[in-house]
Formats: sequence, structure tokens, C-alpha cells
Amino acid sequence: MENRTIKMTTPLTKEKIKDLNIGDIIELSGVIYTARDAAHNRIKENYENNRKQPIELEYQIIFYVGPTPAKPGKVIGSAAPTTSARMDKYVEMMLKQGITGMIGKGERADYVAELCREYGACYFLSIGGASAMIANQIKDVEVVAYEDLGTESIKRLKVEDLRLIVGIDSKGRTFQEEQVKKYKISK
Amino acid sequence: MTRIMSTEDLIPVIAKLCMDACYHLSDNVIGALKAAYEKEESPYGRDTLKLLLDNAELASKEEMPVCHDTGMAVVMMEIGEQVSWVGKPLEEAVNDGVRKGYTEGYLRKSVYLDPLNRVNSGDNTPCVLHTEIVTGDKVKITVLPKGGGSENMGTFTNLVPADGVEGVKEFVLKSVLAAGGKACPPIVVGVGIGGTMDKTTLIAKKALLRPIGNRNPNQYYKELEEELLEEINKFGIGPLGMGGRVTALDVHIEYYPCHITSLPVAVNLQCHSVRQATIEL
Repeated sequence: MENRTIKMTTPLTKEKIKDLNIGDIIELSGVIYTARDAAHNRIKENYENNRKQPIELEYQIIFYVGPTPAKPGKVIGSAAPTTSARMDKYVEMMLKQGITGMIGKGERADYVAELCREYGACYFLSIGGASAMIANQIKDVEVVAYEDLGTESIKRLKVEDLRLIVGIDSKGRTFQEEQVKKYKISK
Repeated sequence: MTRIMSTEDLIPVIAKLCMDACYHLSDNVIGALKAAYEKEESPYGRDTLKLLLDNAELASKEEMPVCHDTGMAVVMMEIGEQVSWVGKPLEEAVNDGVRKGYTEGYLRKSVYLDPLNRVNSGDNTPCVLHTEIVTGDKVKITVLPKGGGSENMGTFTNLVPADGVEGVKEFVLKSVLAAGGKACPPIVVGVGIGGTMDKTTLIAKKALLRPIGNRNPNQYYKELEEELLEEINKFGIGPLGMGGRVTALDVHIEYYPCHITSLPVAVNLQCHSVRQATIEL
């Protein structure tokens, strides 16, 4: 690989992530939280109505994931990132509440890179569809809010060496944009 | 000769197809991903493809879903005209099978009963069922669990006849470019050309059922498939949009006669884990 591999442990403060560069491979351990469309929508409603959030968001990392049910004897079913772009509209609201990173797949709106720069946050890429392997990097799962949302509930995950690539760094640079340019063949 | 079949017998069959499709990628798909790995030049792209291949092997061995998004189940049935059904209504039996497969197979429940007042059905029903009456006395069933990542990137347009093949090419390329890494490349691109709006989108989906590497038997469309595949792989999007030479595994075009004023085109994308299972009864 072109870039370095770095082991990191949550919580990720702005200080810890400020020197990360796009393309760095991260092996992340510690506690992270899941949230997707439906949970983000509820967090937004709380935020707009000054209600207490179900989890403390400061310095937290949000993984956009909705796992399959765990088979007996397993901690979790298959789990891998969903399309991040659907959560773009919630990013600023989440950053204002102190999250420092998001994990997902795919490109995001241009303003997300600008927001990462402004708030000193990162967007991490995981591998969409590598769900059986990623499940092995999740060691513990607990539903902490919105159980009624099923797979979309907010879950506290304990991860060990969760493999990520820095997709947008706190300087506002975008990994995918730079890589795609390298391999594009112009007419 | 009439062949009497019971819809009840379909329930365990469809349940197993749902599970098989989600747990095991076909040799055709594994072969295509391996070929992509050999061809890919980007280190991130190669690494991604290697992970996807390892993931497919692990999922199959452990009988767990290859991808957590086990989709909305699209069920396609070709029913021989000599078949006569007994038992509960066909659509009810098919949904019973989907319910059984998604519940007993620990697959994700990803279906909302109402697109605007979003309440989960809890068992991944209903499926989307397409039935077709064909000659003979056999029943062919295909289950295609369609995840949101690639399905949400599908497109449709009504071109005017004057736009011609150049308009079609431009629309397909624009659709794939807009999908970028979000559709989980390397993708299979299903293209439907002609028919009416409903037919165009259906043949675009059916195009995804053709094995990777098989071309349209019509020479004109075969060459169009090859040209589009080459153009798409110049985009540089690469595996999961991480940059690279392999953005599409294949392009499959299906066409149908259309009205003198029409030139409809639909693009249905399929992610790298081309999950489908078929049986003939």
C-alpha cells in the first residue's frame, strides 16, 4: 500500500486525528456507535427541540451500519457500511454536537469535506459489502437507543482493529477524488 | 397435459433460495472478481477486491450473509402454461417463503410497509414478484435480493428517437458516473432499451440475471455492450470508488420493440456481490 497503517483507540479527539492524511489505513479499537437515516432523524429532532440525546456525542465516531441479526452464539450478524451520502444533510448537526468521525462507504457532497475541515473531523471509508469479515472485527454489541428501529437502532459497538481508510481528512482533502483522477483515462 | 402443483410446496423452496443467494456467491461471480483482481492496477483497488473475495469465502463457509444489506427480495417466476396451482394464492405462498427465508436465515429485515410513513414490516415481506407465463410445464424461480446501495442508483429516461445510439450511450455513461462508488463497484450494468416505461425497467433488471461474460446474441447489441464496458472502465472509479481500472464487471443490454415516437432507456445497477439463486421445478 502507498500509505501507512496506524493503530488508534477511541475516543478520537481532534488532537488525535489532526495529523491523519487521506489514504492512511486505520486499525481502530474501542467503542463506536451506529446510526443511519432513521436514528439521525431522531437525533435531529432532539437537537432542534433542545432535548437530551440518548448518547453523549462528543469525540464519538458514528458508523453508518445496519447489521443482520446475529445467529445463535454470535455477537453480531453481517455488518458493513451503508451509503454515506444519505446522511450528508445531518453531518453539520452531528459535528456541532461534537462527533469527530464518521464511517461509511462512497462519495459525499462537497460540503462534507468543507465541514470536516471546519470542525477538524474525519470521514473514514470501510469496505461496502465485506460484511462477514467486518463482523469479525466487532467484539461486542449493545442496543443503547431506539430499539423499535430494529437494524437502524443506535448500538454501542466494541471494535478491535476495525480496518478503515481515511476518506476525508481534517484538512478537507478527499481520498476518492484524488484516486479516481489517477486512473481516469480521458478521451 | 395439465401439471398440478401446490403453492405450499414453493414456501420452503423460496426460503432456501433467499438464504442461498445471500450466503453463497456463484462461481461465475467469484471468477469475475478474481479476474478483476488480476487486472486491477490500483493498490487500494486490489486490496479491496482481495477483501471482497476473502469475505465471500468466509460468508459461504460460515453460512452468513455476504453483505448485511440482504435487500428487498425480487422474485422472478417463469410459469409453464400447463401448470395449474392448488393451495393458497400464489403471491401469498411466495411471500410466506420470503418471510421464512429472511426469518430463519437471519437475514436483515429491510422493508418498510409504506414509503412515506416508514414502518418496518418486520419480516422483509412483501417481495417484488414478477410472473411470466411461458410454454411447457416447468416453473423457474429466481430470487434476486436487491440491496439499496446499487438499486437506488438506477435511472430511467425517455430519449427522443433523434437521440439515437449516441444518446443511449451518453445516458448510460452519465448514470454510471453519477453512481460512482456508491453503487458498490465493480458493478454489473443492466440496460433496458425500448418497450414502454414498465417494460424498459423490467428488462434492465432481467439483464442482471445473465451470467457475467455472456454477450447479447444480437451482434449490434453485443458490440454496444463491449463499447460501453470499455468506456465505463476508463472512468477510474475502481473497486468501491477507491480509484482503479475495474469499475464494471460487465454491461448487459436487453432490448424490446417500441413505439415509433419512443426511445426509452433504463439502467439498473448491480453491486459487486451479484447475489441470485435459481431453481427449476
